[in-house]
Amino acid sequence: MARILGDNGINMQAFSLAENADFGILRMIVSDVDRAVHVLREARFGVTTADVVRITCPDTPGALADILENLAAHDVFIEYMYAFSRNNHAHIIIRPSHIDRCIEVLGAAT
Amino acid sequence: MRPPEGIFYIHPLTLLFMIWNPSKECMNADKKRKLQSARLRKLVERTYHNTPFYRNRLQERNILPDDIRSIDDIVRLPFTTKDHLRDNYPYGLFAAPMTEIVRLHASSGTTGQPTVVGYTRKDLGIWTEMMARCLTAYGAGKKDIFSVAYGYGLFTGGLGLHYGVEHIGATVVPMSSGNTPKQIRLMHDFGVTALACTPSYALYLAEAMKEQVPRRNGRPLRLGIFGAEPWSENMRRDIEEKLGIDAFNIYGLSEIMGPGVSHECACKDGSHIIDDHFYAEIIDPQTLEPLPYGEQGELILTTLTKDGLPLIRYRTKDLCSLHPEPCACGRTSLRMSRIVGRSDDMLIIRGVNVFPSQIESVILEIPGLEPHYQIVVNRAENLDTLEVKVEVHEDRYSDEINRMVALREEVKARLQSVLGIAASVKIAEPFTIPRSEGKAQRVIDNRKTNM
Repeated sequence: MARILGDNGINMQAFSLAENADFGILRMIVSDVDRAVHVLREARFGVTTADVVRITCPDTPGALADILENLAAHDVFIEYMYAFSRNNHAHIIIRPSHIDRCIEVLGAAT
Repeated sequence: MRPPEGIFYIHPLTLLFMIWNPSKECMNADKKRKLQSARLRKLVERTYHNTPFYRNRLQERNILPDDIRSIDDIVRLPFTTKDHLRDNYPYGLFAAPMTEIVRLHASSGTTGQPTVVGYTRKDLGIWTEMMARCLTAYGAGKKDIFSVAYGYGLFTGGLGLHYGVEHIGATVVPMSSGNTPKQIRLMHDFGVTALACTPSYALYLAEAMKEQVPRRNGRPLRLGIFGAEPWSENMRRDIEEKLGIDAFNIYGLSEIMGPGVSHECACKDGSHIIDDHFYAEIIDPQTLEPLPYGEQGELILTTLTKDGLPLIRYRTKDLCSLHPEPCACGRTSLRMSRIVGRSDDMLIIRGVNVFPSQIESVILEIPGLEPHYQIVVNRAENLDTLEVKVEVHEDRYSDEINRMVALREEVKARLQSVLGIAASVKIAEPFTIPRSEGKAQRVIDNRKTNM
C-alpha cells in the first residue's frame, strides 16, 4: 500500500494502525485525499474517509493535558487519536464524538 | 401348522436376536405387501380429504383415491419435497386439525424459515414403538442406563430417543448436547451403559474421557447409538475401539418422523427400514425414474401410518441403495445401505442440517454486506466448525474498530439464530472472495470424505 501511494506521488503525513485478531484498520493523513482514495480503490483496498481534527500545540509536557481536559469539560469524547511531533510542535489527530462541538470548544480556547 | 391368531409367532432366531415386535418385523413378504397396500389406500383417502395440497395434486393428475389399489400404484403419485413444506409453512400440509396435534418439532428449512412437523397422540405412540424396535435390535433393555446426548428441543433426536428408552423400560438420562465435562462426570457417576449422540461427538467424548476417566477394569459403557450425520465403517471401528462399546447406526428425518425410520441389527449389514410404517423407494435424482433394488439413488419415503403430517413419496435427497434380501437376524424388512451423499447441497454440521441458502439469506438481509460469501467447514478434534467469510460494502466501512466488530457480531448472531449452530464470521478483504461465472464455489468442505 505504501508502494502504491509512493508510486502515485502521494505522501503519508501521519498514520496509526489499529488491529484486533481478525482485521486491522489503517488510519492516515495524506497529502492528496481524493487521489489516494482513487488509487487505493483501484488497487482493491477497502477505503473510506472521515473528518478528523488536527490540533497543533507546543511540544512540552502538560500541553496535551490542558487540551484534553478542556474537551472533556465540554462533553467532547475522543473515539481515537494519534500524534506526532516536528520542529518543537506537537500535532494531535483527534476523531471526536461530536466534531462541530469539538471545533467550537477548541476555537473558543484560543 | 399355522400358528393361531393372536399369538406372536416366535421365529427361532429371536432366541439369538432380540426383536421387539416379531409379528411385524418378521412378517412374510405377501402379508407385508397386503398390509402396505391397505395402508397406502387409507393414506391416499386421508390426504385427499384432509389436505387441500394433496387433493389438488391428485386432481391435477386425474387420480382419485379409488384408483390406488395396491402398493405398486404408488408410482402414480407425485413426489413431495421440502419446498412444498416451505411453501405451506407452517401447517399447510397437516392432515389433522390443530386440536389433534399434540406436538410440533422443527428442523432446518432451505431459507430462514424452519420446516415444521406435527404429531397426533397416535403418531407419537407409533414413533415410540419404532424406537422400541430400534433399541431392541441394538440389544438394549431394562437393565440399560442411557445417556441421551442428542439435542432436546425442536430437534427430534433428543425426545425421539428419550421416549423410546422409557418405553423399553431402560433408564433415561436426558443430558441433551453440550457441557462435555458434565456429560463425562455423570456418565461415570450414574454408571451409564448406553450412549446416544452424533458419531463425531462420540469420538470427541472418547478423547475428553481419556483425561477425566481413565479406563481401569473397564467401564459399564457397552452400547452406542449414533446418527444425525453420515459415518463410515472406519469411524465405527474407531468409536468401538476408543470407547470399548458396540456401536450401531440409527437413521431418520423429522419430516418422516424423527430418528427410528431405520436401524441396524446385530448383523451390522445395512439398516432395516421399518417398512410396515414407511415405504421406501429409490429414484434417479435427475430423471426421477424409479431404480431397481441394489442400485444407488435418492431415497424416497412414504409415511403409511402418520395422521398429523402424512407425506407421500417424500424426496429425502439422501443417496443410498435398497436391499430386499433376507437378513440373518430374521427381520424381513427392506434394508438400506449407509447414506453415501446428498443429491442437494445440504451440509450436516455437528449433526445439524445446514443449507448454504440459509446462510445466503442472512447475508442478503444484512445491510452493508456484499452478496459474495464463502462457507468453510472443517473438522478439528472431531468437532465440525463452520466459518463464513463475508465482504463488506464500502458504505459500511468505518474507521472505528468497534463498528466493524459490531457488524461481525451482528452477522454471527443472525446466523446462530437462523441455523441453530454457532458460526465464526470472518470479514474478508475486498475482492478476495472468488467470483466465478456460472455456479459459484461457495462451500469448501475440508472434512475428509468419510465414506
